[in-house]
Amino acid sequence: MLLRFFLMGLDRKAGIVLAILAFLAVVVPAMTLWVPADSPFHLSIFTVSLLGKYLCFALLALALDLVWGYCGILSLGHAAFFALGGYAMGMYLMRQIGPRGVYGNPLLPDFMVFLNWKELPWYWLGFDHFWFAALMVLVVPGALAFAFGWFAFRSRVTGVYLSIITQALTFALLLAFFRNDMGFGGNNGLTDFKDILGYDIQADTTRVALFVATVAALALSYMIASGVIGSKLGKVLVALRDAESRVRFMGYDTESYKLFAWTLSACMAGVAGALYVPQVGIINPSEFAPASSIEAVIWVAVGGRGTLAGAILGAVLVNMGKSYFTGALPELWLFALGGLFVAVTLFLPKGLLGLGAQLKAKLPGRKASTLPNAQPADQKGA
Amino acid sequence: MSAESTLLYLDGVSVSFDGFKALNSLSLVMMPGEMRAIIGPNGAGKTTMMDVITGKTRPDTGTILFEGDTDLTRLREAAIANLGIGRKFQRPTVFEPHTVWDNLELALKAPRRPLKTLTYAISRDDRSRIEEILDITRLSALRSRQAGSLSHGQKQWLEIGMLLAQDPKLLLVDEPVAGMTDAETEQTAELLCSIAGKHSVIVVEHDMSFVRALGVKVTVLAEGSVLAEGSLDAVSANSQVIDTYLGR
Repeated sequence: MLLRFFLMGLDRKAGIVLAILAFLAVVVPAMTLWVPADSPFHLSIFTVSLLGKYLCFALLALALDLVWGYCGILSLGHAAFFALGGYAMGMYLMRQIGPRGVYGNPLLPDFMVFLNWKELPWYWLGFDHFWFAALMVLVVPGALAFAFGWFAFRSRVTGVYLSIITQALTFALLLAFFRNDMGFGGNNGLTDFKDILGYDIQADTTRVALFVATVAALALSYMIASGVIGSKLGKVLVALRDAESRVRFMGYDTESYKLFAWTLSACMAGVAGALYVPQVGIINPSEFAPASSIEAVIWVAVGGRGTLAGAILGAVLVNMGKSYFTGALPELWLFALGGLFVAVTLFLPKGLLGLGAQLKAKLPGRKASTLPNAQPADQKGA
Repeated sequence: MSAESTLLYLDGVSVSFDGFKALNSLSLVMMPGEMRAIIGPNGAGKTTMMDVITGKTRPDTGTILFEGDTDLTRLREAAIANLGIGRKFQRPTVFEPHTVWDNLELALKAPRRPLKTLTYAISRDDRSRIEEILDITRLSALRSRQAGSLSHGQKQWLEIGMLLAQDPKLLLVDEPVAGMTDAETEQTAELLCSIAGKHSVIVVEHDMSFVRALGVKVTVLAEGSVLAEGSLDAVSANSQVIDTYLGR
């Protein structure tokens, strides 16, 4: 049954996406570890980590596209789930430091020693085990999303109002995590990581392994997402995106459908954050900043919402642009990002992946032959 | 009258919005298999009546019973729909990005819980049922067309097909022939009559020739309550109805 579920979502587009990811998972490690450093085909370890970071963002974008593109829930707080997953992983990495911290305390992380704490808070218990932290990466964002969604969807909060409270959610978490007495390192966050699963986190092989793990997580999430979208449940999601009350009168409890997609999406965002943290070496409250969530929305819009593959493409391209701009013309980056969003909204409503279809429709005679009765529908949509 | 043998039983139902009484102690009884046309001037409470039956609006006072014993005033929309009450809106609402076939598949009577739909695989029975409905609604040739590209009349038919697929015990149909050509109106009347008997149907309609074509018992609403009830000829002769609705 599970196999059938995965096969259901596999079309030509999914095949291309998975082939590209498989290619990356093989070629990038080979170019880094086995191609000699003086060869033009050599990839530096810095580039590998950078690519890994892009793919973590791609996974966040995929998660966001699942709720925005297919359920019409524009989340302006998805980075909150990403950051919570990141913190769960960060807590595990902090526990792995052990007595090698600056203060050499075998029991407490440095920032707790600094704050004169005597013992580990209860919510840090268990994070010295990888399996527990990995579970929390899914459970914490998932549980928060479930509780938030349960109240929001039951109360029939939709549209702009829902977007605003998702933004408020991530802002509230930002403020909370800034506080030292929350026990998550305050504004410095968690950093100075040494080991992951017993391997040196700075070692080239570990970094390559983290990259491969990110590719695998992205591929698996993509398959899950396209399986969900390809199922009848996915059709219900698209239907309720456009005409929710109609779906209700058909007997579907739309709240539980939205809750399912929303929680699944939050778990994916959590995994993205958990893979992000060991590759960048730090997690701090700035990840909760509303701007991070809004940037994620722009990635999805650029790639094409409601396409899954577009979300991945958009996240990678925009972040490559960001890396270039912040290096070459740092003061222009935010203008470029804002301009990009405006341009995409005006000229590419379906994003880069929709560009092909958009051009085809523009060609004279083409639209008339494929959609003979499109006129009334267009008018109604306007 | 006792509620026991009835399909739908409304007694003393009132709804007010900001002091405006949309329904004023409305009482109405439907028997299983019955078909009923509801007419009345604008603002008579026709749509509000459908809203309270389907759970969209909660009545302030009054009783609404389905099949004699289920209190509809306590249930949410989805639960009411699953009891077997289907609704067709004034404006045709089909799921435009989906194909005609997918629209019917979504409407088809089947488990409605998320995990059931996640693992749903279409069965031979479901397939033949959809084929049958495509045939009844004359949409067979358009099965893989996007619903958004259908004409207005075709959308109305698809929506009626979706209601058939839902297989409700009671069908609420709001102005099914608004914007249809005469030929389409006639076909729709035939279609609705063929549905009646197996399902109970309530039709709200302004179009008198359509109501005449249906040839069923008529209830006239005005200012939120029942003004007259009977055959179309009988209510047309009723002086109160002439005054408030049909005009002199």
